[in-house]
Amino acid sequence: MTLGSLVPAYAEIAILVAASLILLIDVFLPDRLRGVTYALTQVAILVAALASLVVVQLTGTRPEFAFSDMFVSDPMANALKLFVYIAVSATLVYSRGYLAERGLFKGEFFVLVLFALLGMMVMISANSLLVLYLGLELLSLSLYALVALDRDSKVATEAAMKYFILGALASGLLLYGMSMLYGATGTLEITAIAQAVAGGDANRMLLGFGVVFVVAGLAFKLGAVPFHMWIPDVYQGAPNAMTLMIASAPKLAAFAIAIRLLVNGLLNIAVEWQQMLVILSVLSMAIGNLAAIAQTNYKRMLAYSAIANMGFMLLGLATGVVGGNLYSAIDAYSAAMFYAVTYVLMSLGAFALPMLLSRAGFEAETLEDLRGLNRRSPWYAFVTLLFMFSLAGVPPTVGFYAKFAVIRAAVAADMIWLAVFAVVMSLVGAFYYLRVVKLMYFDDPVDTAPLRGDLDLRLLLSVNGLAVLVLGLLPDGLMAVCLASIRSLVV
Amino acid sequence: MSNATPWLSLAIWTPIVAGLVVMATGGDRNAHIARGIALIGAIAGFLVTIPLYTGFDRATAAMQFVELAPWIRTFGVNYHLGVDGISVLFILLNSFITAVVVIAGWEVIQSRVSQYMAAFLVMSGLLNGVFSALDAVLFYVFFEGSLIPMYLIIGIWGGSNRVYAAIKFFLYTLLGSLLMLVALVFLYYAAGGSFSILDWQQVRLPMVAQVLLFFAFFAAFSVKVPMWPVHTWLPDAHVEAPTGGSAVLAAIMLKLGAYGFIRFSLPIAPDASLYLAPFMITLSLVAVIYVGLVALVQADMKKLIAYSSISHMGFVTLGFFIFNAYGIEGALVQMISHGFVSAAMFLCVGVMYDRMHSRLIADYGGVVNTMPKFAAFMMLFAMANAGLPGTSGFVGEFLVILGAVKYSFWIGAAAATTLIFGAAYTLWMYKRVIFGAVANPHVAELEDIGRREFFFLALLAAAVLAVGIYPAPLTDVMHASVENLLRHVAMSKL
Repeated sequence: MTLGSLVPAYAEIAILVAASLILLIDVFLPDRLRGVTYALTQVAILVAALASLVVVQLTGTRPEFAFSDMFVSDPMANALKLFVYIAVSATLVYSRGYLAERGLFKGEFFVLVLFALLGMMVMISANSLLVLYLGLELLSLSLYALVALDRDSKVATEAAMKYFILGALASGLLLYGMSMLYGATGTLEITAIAQAVAGGDANRMLLGFGVVFVVAGLAFKLGAVPFHMWIPDVYQGAPNAMTLMIASAPKLAAFAIAIRLLVNGLLNIAVEWQQMLVILSVLSMAIGNLAAIAQTNYKRMLAYSAIANMGFMLLGLATGVVGGNLYSAIDAYSAAMFYAVTYVLMSLGAFALPMLLSRAGFEAETLEDLRGLNRRSPWYAFVTLLFMFSLAGVPPTVGFYAKFAVIRAAVAADMIWLAVFAVVMSLVGAFYYLRVVKLMYFDDPVDTAPLRGDLDLRLLLSVNGLAVLVLGLLPDGLMAVCLASIRSLVV
Repeated sequence: MSNATPWLSLAIWTPIVAGLVVMATGGDRNAHIARGIALIGAIAGFLVTIPLYTGFDRATAAMQFVELAPWIRTFGVNYHLGVDGISVLFILLNSFITAVVVIAGWEVIQSRVSQYMAAFLVMSGLLNGVFSALDAVLFYVFFEGSLIPMYLIIGIWGGSNRVYAAIKFFLYTLLGSLLMLVALVFLYYAAGGSFSILDWQQVRLPMVAQVLLFFAFFAAFSVKVPMWPVHTWLPDAHVEAPTGGSAVLAAIMLKLGAYGFIRFSLPIAPDASLYLAPFMITLSLVAVIYVGLVALVQADMKKLIAYSSISHMGFVTLGFFIFNAYGIEGALVQMISHGFVSAAMFLCVGVMYDRMHSRLIADYGGVVNTMPKFAAFMMLFAMANAGLPGTSGFVGEFLVILGAVKYSFWIGAAAATTLIFGAAYTLWMYKRVIFGAVANPHVAELEDIGRREFFFLALLAAAVLAVGIYPAPLTDVMHASVENLLRHVAMSKL
């Protein structure tokens, strides 16, 4: 057994080393120099991004394996990692001032974020059930701790407990499913599982049960109905910065493990898991959108919106294989990937907004706090308007193409009823996004305090909003990246 | 036929860019700058559409001023623009109305001026995009994108019940267009991977698919027209919208629905259109007669004009589904005419509302005594709304009735009742508001229209009379395209 080349893991190594170093350095820094930790963390992410680019340069478009084939670097892994870097880096910028005001701007935060990032990267590149699980746990444990970081907050502690218990349950389900897959195929390596399944010598019943548990575990992590109840509670209870962290980049990692397990590993029995995904998707779109209407808390509303959006994303995953035929698989899975990436872009902005409105001693989190934003700041009202219309899927924002792509996948799979259901549900969804716009534009402000002044937060939010619009006008490049990523997986 | 200057792109992007510049002027301190830039942008936006008319080749039904560039390669979507004799006139109409609306909002709008002007300019560009898009996704992006500015216009500058009206407007139209989106994607695969509307007109489809597609398009366009019974959003939206919003809504946005029927439903699903023609004719006649009667009893002037719009648009859909040249050309002329007349009527109500802050007929009476110039203008527009010969309203209605009689005498007879109802509700309203003794001290204090108001009403009056007396410049442009459309409809695509 040789280790082989370490090239595919360059970025992971960089992040691991950086996280350890920052953990050490931070101990020796006085409180006033916490900014150094922040800067080092951003530099670490930048180095990892450069390392990923080097990996792309060295490996090109072919998949490259490392650590006895347990770890893979392919176009999808590299593309998703780059999006994850952007999301995590943006999260840090958004949270800086907010955390500092609340005494949470501590070394632990940065180290936990870096370990969460490492966990996501490992998940994205996993080619073995074990590695995948390790990455997932690394991410989850870091996130549990992050939510509980504000020790004195009762709601945050409660959210952390809920997140931990339900998350552990989900991990258990996933692990149980994986053990059955191992039992059926005799291997932990995902590409080998695919061969064993294709060969037909795997125990179909055991495989079937394994798939059920794996899908349930994935649904938990993605937050699809009926495994969704942790999402609203955790999103609402966690401090804003942590909500932003949970709600953005980990969705990409969850998408990646869904692709690794279902597409890389179990594409041959897609009939079995596609039906489950269709049910999850339909339920998520319906319950997510309907429940969001009833919310008065902005974060909780966005949490239900996240559930609904994951339902739409699942639509892409559920429509790849038609009657054993793979002709539309690339389109469908790349539509799902496009959806996941653009959703993360939108949710970053949407979840960052409360931090713009909050100040020391005041947490903006109800819908009422958005009232009259257009009078307080026309520009940020406009930026939020872009996020809302994008989440609702109204052109010319990027959210439209995301919905368009998954609906296209559903029609291509001859599931027109599913497409019609999806558009009806997006109409239901439009209502509560429109209500946010209504509060901002049609009502007079209650709170007239000036908005937070942090230049980095303001600048990034503007860029984020414009990105939603510009990608809406020119979505071709991002879609091409997604297509190229998926094409290398499905042959 | 490609052209050196991308006039269509200019028609779309000039107002949008101007709108963004206006928005950048910021708060109400710079309101005068915002107004100035908006006016320049609107006039420039109108000027760039003139070459579309002067350079238009009337002999051909082919698309002209075509621009084709790949836009989203991964989806097979192109930036494909072009106009034929049907769509070119609406681009001119829209740009003209935008300029009028900017002038009309000059003094009336005092809060958030830059946002108001920007919303109208951006919407104008998007609407031009709808009329010139030849790629279905591009069409959809413009079609739905234009909802956003209108939603804001109604919601921010509207009346007391504006929030309800704005959300109702948005959700109603969104439901229709989302169902159309599924139809568009379906057609993409049916046409072997193309979003070109021109390709779709050649696709052969079985009857079931055609009927389903027809209903998907019907969902989008009937709400937009609006046809009875999905019209209920319109009176709400009209009543609550600011004057300029009502004018653009009636003059242009309603036309999107009618335009959609002739661009999508008729040529793509001709067999279903023929099969379902009785259904469409029935709905149209209900709109013409029943909604005309509903208009009669309205106490609110804006509501009355809103119902009158629905009734007039019923005439337009009737004209389309009797499948002869009279009907379709009449319907198109009616659309243009209604664009001028309804905008003018809403602006007239706006002129009175700005002075009295009431839209109720009962609050007025004897306005002619204090506002004689205004009364004269409104007289002309009321007559045009009633379809008096010599005004633009007559030409379209006459042609549609002619076509309807050719199709079936009784349908023609039923449609002709609009001349009675239309005259009744319009003139009765006019009589109660304008004539008679001065009703109350507020009316006695009214000031006649100023130069600005005179100017935009005169512009519209000139247009109404010109179309009424000599409609040939309009109909000449349409002939070739309408004949081509009828050929498409006559050809079975089964």
